[in-house]
Amino acid sequence: MPARLEMRGVCRSFGATRALNNVDLTVSPGEVMGLVGENGAGKSTLMKVLSGAIPPDAGQMLLDGEAYIPGNPLHARQSGVAMIYQELAIAPHLSVMENILLGFEPTRGPLLNWREMRRRASAAMQEVGLEGVAPSTEVRRLAIAHQQLIEIARAIALDCRVLVLDEPTSSLTARDIERLFVLIRRLKSRNISVVYISHFLEEVQEISDRFTVLRDGETVGTGITKEATNDQIIAMMVGRSVSELYPRSTRTPGEVVLEVKDLAGVSRPRSASLQLRRGEVLGISGLVGAGRTELMRVIFGLNKVTRGEVRVGAYHGTSGPRKRWAQHVGMVSEDRKNEGLALGLSVADNLTLPRLDGLGPWRLILPSRQRAACVPWIDKIPIKCQGPTQRTGGLSGGNQQKVALARLLHADVDVLLLDEPTRGIDVGSKAQIYQLIDELAGQGKAVLLISSYLPELLGVCDRIAVMSRGRLSETRERSAWDERQLMAAAIGQEEHE
Amino acid sequence: MSDKTEPTPSANRPKFSLTSGWGNTFGRFLALILVFAFFAVMVEDGKFYTLRNLENILRQCCVYTTAGLGMTMVIVAAGIDLSAGSLIALSVVSVAWVLNLSGHGPDGQVESLVRLHPVLTPILAIGAGVLMSTLAGLANGAMVVGLRLVPFIVTLGTMGMIRGLAKGIARERDIYPPDETWINTIMDPTLSSHSRSWLILPIGVWIMIVGVLVSAFVLRYTRLGRHIFAVGSNEETARLCGVPVGRTKLFVYAASGFFCGIAGLMQFSYIGGIGQPTTAVMYELFVIAAVIIGGASFNGGEGSILGTVIGALIITILYMGGQQMGWPKWVQEMVIGGIIILAVAVDRLRHRRSA
Repeated sequence: MPARLEMRGVCRSFGATRALNNVDLTVSPGEVMGLVGENGAGKSTLMKVLSGAIPPDAGQMLLDGEAYIPGNPLHARQSGVAMIYQELAIAPHLSVMENILLGFEPTRGPLLNWREMRRRASAAMQEVGLEGVAPSTEVRRLAIAHQQLIEIARAIALDCRVLVLDEPTSSLTARDIERLFVLIRRLKSRNISVVYISHFLEEVQEISDRFTVLRDGETVGTGITKEATNDQIIAMMVGRSVSELYPRSTRTPGEVVLEVKDLAGVSRPRSASLQLRRGEVLGISGLVGAGRTELMRVIFGLNKVTRGEVRVGAYHGTSGPRKRWAQHVGMVSEDRKNEGLALGLSVADNLTLPRLDGLGPWRLILPSRQRAACVPWIDKIPIKCQGPTQRTGGLSGGNQQKVALARLLHADVDVLLLDEPTRGIDVGSKAQIYQLIDELAGQGKAVLLISSYLPELLGVCDRIAVMSRGRLSETRERSAWDERQLMAAAIGQEEHE
Repeated sequence: MSDKTEPTPSANRPKFSLTSGWGNTFGRFLALILVFAFFAVMVEDGKFYTLRNLENILRQCCVYTTAGLGMTMVIVAAGIDLSAGSLIALSVVSVAWVLNLSGHGPDGQVESLVRLHPVLTPILAIGAGVLMSTLAGLANGAMVVGLRLVPFIVTLGTMGMIRGLAKGIARERDIYPPDETWINTIMDPTLSSHSRSWLILPIGVWIMIVGVLVSAFVLRYTRLGRHIFAVGSNEETARLCGVPVGRTKLFVYAASGFFCGIAGLMQFSYIGGIGQPTTAVMYELFVIAAVIIGGASFNGGEGSILGTVIGALIITILYMGGQQMGWPKWVQEMVIGGIIILAVAVDRLRHRRSA
């Protein structure tokens, strides 16, 4: 029996960057293939090649033994390869049935055949367990989980043979995840092949039959999921053993520099208390939407405090980012593009923005001094760029993130609030950022780290607390947690509510 | 850069390219030269590059350039000020209104204020003109910041409101101040006048030059300037980095008001010392065009004073050149409109190449 989907030696470059280098991927009919890899490993490029959005430079693709050369995403869909991206491709103002048959609306002459549309949409909706929803409902009235199901229904309506799911659970609740898994198993039994892309190794282990690991654009390993441990897969993903990736110098916790007492924001967080000491890294785990980012924003004065207090050193009271910087507290935003960096401005402008003094006489800013102030950081971290005058938008994601971090170093902060600082960047940059965090903690700085990536939290932090539905758990030593417990704590309270 | 840094493949690119800051301005300067050269060749008898015509070009571009200084700051901060033309008119009318005041003389007779205080009154008039525009600009800023409205909508509204205010002050008529003062003469040519040739350039042109230097300095060397760029490039980043976003926006709209006030003085002199509330209609469009041709982006975070000066000169030269070639008005309007689109399209193309 030929494989359902086979990719052989697929290559793709963007300029000098080799995004995909000899990638192999084989999926059998009715198999769930877990595709894992760090951000920047080439997963999304592979998806784009598979969906026909970009052509490969070399290599071949076979679908059920026949050559598969998608010219564009529409062609790919018609061939039976459907993609469901993290950001759903849904027209919110159209009805469910219109969305399901978007682009393939049944017609009678020049007119839409509404009856046929309803019939075919209903059939597909039944497949995905959406029979409780009227086909004429406007999609924007549905929950995210249902919208995702509509996308899957759309794939089924077109008789898809390969369904690719990209991080499908990132915005789902635990219950919805369970439902999705049930659906995936049902699709499997209908002989549909599924490529399941996820960061969450637990999910991959639960749902997939086999896994393939991508790293730096290459296939570095493949295997049967049941026979591999989490640590083995991680080691394949990052290309080094876990202890090398997360260095740990001797850290000696000092006095408390940041204290949060029963803090609440407008809707999130609902209640959070923590103490952060000099010379330690405190991790915050939890699901997306649990209120981790909001907690950090309230601490930094970007969101309103509705109850409780934040104490920085001896200071407490109302605050804003400006005051926080003056109190030697700095923050790296999770949203690099929209908040973290001014991508249109130079590296120097971005790096020096929170602390523009000392760059010239009479509080003026001499561009030459501004550039000179950046050079030590560019060398030390190091940031790969043409120089301080380069536009920040021209750097790679990892180097952009390093600029956002260097900003905190330039401002000479004592407390670093880092919200997903390694999201979407390459492994090399990640390792450098871990190294930097360790060095800073060793120097007696205090680091508060939010991360969705559990191995990272367990590797970098000294203590960890878990945010669940707006409430922060008690803080425990790192050794008291493992991934399963962190996950359980993150979804734990949900079942009670 | 220290030699420790790893060389990257792109590090070998030449420092000077058409997409770098200076190269960008250089390209615009080249365009200016080309436009000028075109008319220098086409206008017969070399009339276009006589000293007198050059002086005329400078005099003509003063109002646009000066109003463009504030507009550059606004657009760099990712805003827009559609009320610029109205602000200029407000200044013109306010100046004339003060010059038209009368008071009681020493012998109790009603006498015009200018005759009673020939030194103080023009200064008061200038103060009133600039102050009124600045306050109106500040009001623009307050609404953008306080009501969190889109600048386009706010200034679209105030464009009408401020024009209305100017008409109200002038009682819907032109104000003819009883006496000429030195304000009337700030735009007068110096070349043809024996008594004023020591000035070399008209006073208005000098004022413009000082304005250019001051605003370029503010944008480049002060933290306020860096903040304006940061707010325009990414407001959220600016807020995250502790930039007082609201205050910065307030400043740029007030600055736009201030420079429109100064431009109003020039306009007042230009139209012969009349407080005409209907003057400078649609000027905001030319001012914005000058800023955009000068390399600013509506997305904010980009733009320069030097670019705006070049942009204003290009528009002025097109206008005057067209006039001297005897182009009908409709051709001029179409050419200037086309140039705006062309300039932005070329910019976009270059950006894409550098990205």
